[in-house]
Order: sequence, then structure tokens, then C-alpha cells
Amino acid sequence: MHAIAFRRRAADRATKVLFALCAFAVVLPLFLILFDLLWKGARELKWTLVTDLPHPVGEPGGGIANGILGTLTIAGLAMAGGIPLGVMSGIYLAEYGRGKFASAVRFSVDMLAGVPSIILGIFGYVLWVLPMKRFSAWAAASALAMIFIPTVVRTTEEMLKTVPVSVREGALALGIERWKTTLFITVRTASAGILTGILLAMARIIGETAPLLFTALGNQFWQTGLDQPIAAIPLQVFNYAISPYDDWHDKAWAGALVLIGMVLVISTAARYIARVKK
Amino acid sequence: MDNALQVKDLCAWFGEHQVLKNITMDIRRNSVTSVMGPSGCGKSTFIRCLNRMHDLTPGFRVSGEVFFDGRNIYTDRIDPVLLRRKVGMVFQQPNPFPRMSVFENVAVGLKFNGKKRSRSEMADVVEKSLRMAALWDELSDHLDRPGTSLSGGQQQRLCIARALAVEPEILLMDEPCSALDPTSSARIEDLIEDLSDKYTIVVVTHNMQQAGRISDSVAFFLLGELIEMDTAAKIFTNPADKRTEEYITGRFG
Ligand SMILES: Nc1ncnc2c1ncn2[C@@H]1O[C@H](COP(=O)(O)OP(=O)(O)OP(=O)(O)O)[C@@H](O)[C@H]1O
Ligand SMILES: [Mg+2]
Repeated sequence: MHAIAFRRRAADRATKVLFALCAFAVVLPLFLILFDLLWKGARELKWTLVTDLPHPVGEPGGGIANGILGTLTIAGLAMAGGIPLGVMSGIYLAEYGRGKFASAVRFSVDMLAGVPSIILGIFGYVLWVLPMKRFSAWAAASALAMIFIPTVVRTTEEMLKTVPVSVREGALALGIERWKTTLFITVRTASAGILTGILLAMARIIGETAPLLFTALGNQFWQTGLDQPIAAIPLQVFNYAISPYDDWHDKAWAGALVLIGMVLVISTAARYIARVKK
Repeated sequence: MDNALQVKDLCAWFGEHQVLKNITMDIRRNSVTSVMGPSGCGKSTFIRCLNRMHDLTPGFRVSGEVFFDGRNIYTDRIDPVLLRRKVGMVFQQPNPFPRMSVFENVAVGLKFNGKKRSRSEMADVVEKSLRMAALWDELSDHLDRPGTSLSGGQQQRLCIARALAVEPEILLMDEPCSALDPTSSARIEDLIEDLSDKYTIVVVTHNMQQAGRISDSVAFFLLGELIEMDTAAKIFTNPADKRTEEYITGRFG
């Protein structure tokens, strides 16, 4: 009797430890990456990193200020178009999407979400760069919007579906029109979740590199217009990292550190909103 | 007699499944009508027909007539939105709007119904509605609390206040007390009695004592049919139909 109980408890314990080890193995890379970045990026992590333009090879100092601005510009443009489009499509799917057209949209959005990002970059190149005959922020933003939008559409839809039918019925029973119920009651009820989805999608596009290679191109100086080549942190990290110079390698680490810092801040904000505003 | 609602030969289907069969009843103005019957007999379906809450349910279909103010709500070009402002509804589960304060919950119907109102007019309506729902004394200092942070009984009274704020003529209540403890449910009962001077109330209930205390008339439903409708006294002491008697004496249902 005792032996059986003991064996059962041992088995319980062993499975628990096994699962915990797996979970640990999953989060381990994140901490290794953070530690490694801090270790190697710390040397170049000075104030000038975020205030100065890049310096030529061999000249010490210099920063990635133009890349930070460029990344924010491109992401901002992608979001300015992507949020209204994505949220409204999500509303359509959740509130009105019963027919064949909606199923087709849902399927296409999932397909789009699965398209490798480099292909979206080539698409941006064909759509913008070739006809305009130059690389530009517009081209980069539209490539990133195609990564941004599917996530926003599906999270908006999912979040609206978690709003109980009783909330919609309560509003309709007060004689509130359906469109107002949708926009001002249902969407408001789900707004924290929708915002979280938007932030997570933003964190995702900020680090995208491949689509920018074909669209933004990069720029050593301050951007001069949205129809001009534009710098971005991931591009700078990429260029510094593949260069043969040691001080540029250091800058690549520092740039990566800034990038992951931004992503962490946004993801943390998203988690905070999801938790607190429920 | 002055009728608030007249239902004639109302039938209702979910897909192929007929849920209401030829319901005919008159609902007197400023009276309390209880709808009773075993689970699944179509009580909710019936009262939701009275303010067209089924409009968005796929596969739902009605036939027959429901007259409100002399007009058939299903044919005479009635705007369901306007109808629902006149025929309010309180649901079985309290459903205050999440992420809205007590004040906003009560004001929301007015806010979205087109007419512009000043902040102070709004505050007056909110106070009046909360008073009618016997909630003002408890909550006058907590109007900015989230509606969902109230107790179940308070939430249900908040939903009643919310419905009253748009000044309906008829109030439909689908088992408003079923999720509540006896004290809260007694308060709602008092409330219904108070409101019955000014409003026409149709209330679904499983509680016979309650129905006996509050109703002017009781309608007994069985399997989608209206078996009989009469004064509470008559239904509970001397029902005309054997099935009603079996139900109220607890022999089935
Ligand atoms: N949305 C729906 N789709 C399909 N069938 C439904 C739907 N709503 C209700 N029904 C069916 O209609 C019948 C009557 O349901 P209804 O909710 O009106 O009963 P009820 O008398 O209110 O029961 P209860 O006392 O349990 O609330 C049931 O057989 C139910 O399965
Ligand atoms: Mg019911």
C-alpha cells in the first residue's frame, strides 16, 4: 500500500520536473540572447548611440539615431494605415462575417500571415520601388503593413468574439442601433484586447529586416522624405554585422540591444494593458 | 379594456423547430403579467418576440401579429430600434456593460439615441432612474465605480435603471431574479410592484409565490402553447386546465 503511494508520488514528481525542464529550455534562449547582447553591446551603449548619425569606418563614436527615427517612421506609417484597415476588417469578420465572402477573407488573411516576410519585401519592391524608381519609406511601410494587418485583423476578431452576446443584446434592447452597438459598446468592451494585439503586432514589425532590404534600402544620413531611402535599426544592425570591422561589430551589438529594448518595452506595455484593463 | 400589447396567433420557429404555437393574448396597460411554464416551453422566445430581439438570430421566423400602439410590430414598417426604446428588456443574467461606470451604464441608452442632452440633464435622468430602481441610496456616492463591480442584485437593479432611463412604456423581464439571493430578489419584487403604476410589465418567472404576489395576470405556457391566462388568484387556486393544475401542484415540470 505504502509502496504504491510512494511510487505514484515519485512519478508525479518526475513528470512535473520534466515539464518544468522543458519550460526552462524554452525561455533559456531569451535570457542567453539578452545576456549576450548586454555583454557585447554595452561597450557602445552610450548616449551618442541614440543622438548621433553613423560615423564612417575607423572614426570612433557615432550612433544610429537616424535608424531609430527611420524605424519609428516606417512602423508609424504601416500602423497609420494598418490599424484602421485591420481593426475594421476584424470588426467585419466578428460582427457581420457569416457568409462565404467572410470565410474567404478569413482564409486569405491567414494565408497572408503565413507568407514569408522576404516575399512581402519583394512585393513592396515590385509595387513601389520599380515604378517610382527609388527605394522609399512608403515601400517599406507597405511591406510591413502586410505583416501587421493580418495579426491585427485576427486578434480584433478573436477579442470581439470574447465579448458575450449578452452585452450586444443589452445594448440592442435599449434601442441602440446596431452599428452604434458595435462601435461604441462591443468594440469598447474588447478595446484592451484589441490594443494588446496592435502592440504585439507592432513589436513584431519593428524587428523585421528582410522586407526592408528591398524597400527601405537604408541611409547613412537623416531621412529627407517619405519617398526617399530611409534608415532602419534592423538594416543598420545587418550592415554593421556583415562588415569586416571590429568597431562596427560592436555597433551592431549595441543596435540590436536598442531594438530588443524597444520590443521588450512594447511587449511589456501590451501585457500590462491586457492584465490591468480587463 | 386598454391594451398595451395584443398578440394574435403568434407562431415562432428556430429553423424547422416550431417553438411557439398560435399564442393569442392581450396585455393590459399598467399591469404585471407573469409568464410561467416548464423549462424549454418557449417563455423567453415569447417575450423576446415582443421587442423583436430575435431579429438577428439566424434561422428564426415568426408568423402572426403583435400589436403595439395599434400597429403590427412585424409588418407595419416599424423600426425595431424605436420599438425597443418603447419596449425595454431586462435579462436573466445581469448584463451591465463592462468597462463602463454605473453612471455611464444608466446614461448609455440616452447618449446614443440621437437627441442632444446636456451633462446636467443626463445627471438628472441617471438619478431619477437609479431612484426608481431603488439603487440611488446605495450608489449615489459611487457613480464612477465600474458597473461590473457591483453585487449581482445591484447589477440587476442597475440593468433595470438602465432600461428605465430611456423611458419605455413596457418592460419585459426574463427571469430577473433567477440569479439572485432571496433578499435581492425580494427587492426586485418590490420594485416591480412600484413600477406597475406607470409601466406595463411582462415578467417570466419560475417562482409561483412571487408570481402570486406581483402579478395581475398569469399566463401558463406548455410546449410552446398558451394553455391559459387568468388572474393570479384564479390560476393558483382554481385553474381551468388540468395541465396548469398539475404544474402548479408540482406534479410535473
Ligand atoms: N437561438 C436558438 N436557436 C435554436 N433553438 C432555440 C434557440 N433559443 C431557444 N431555442 C429552443 O426553443 C425552445 C424554447 O426555448 P426558450 O428559451 O424560449 O424556453 P424557456 O421557456 O425560456 O426555458 P427556460 O425556462 O429554461 O428559460 C427550446 O426548445 C430551445 O431549445
Ligand atoms: Mg428562458
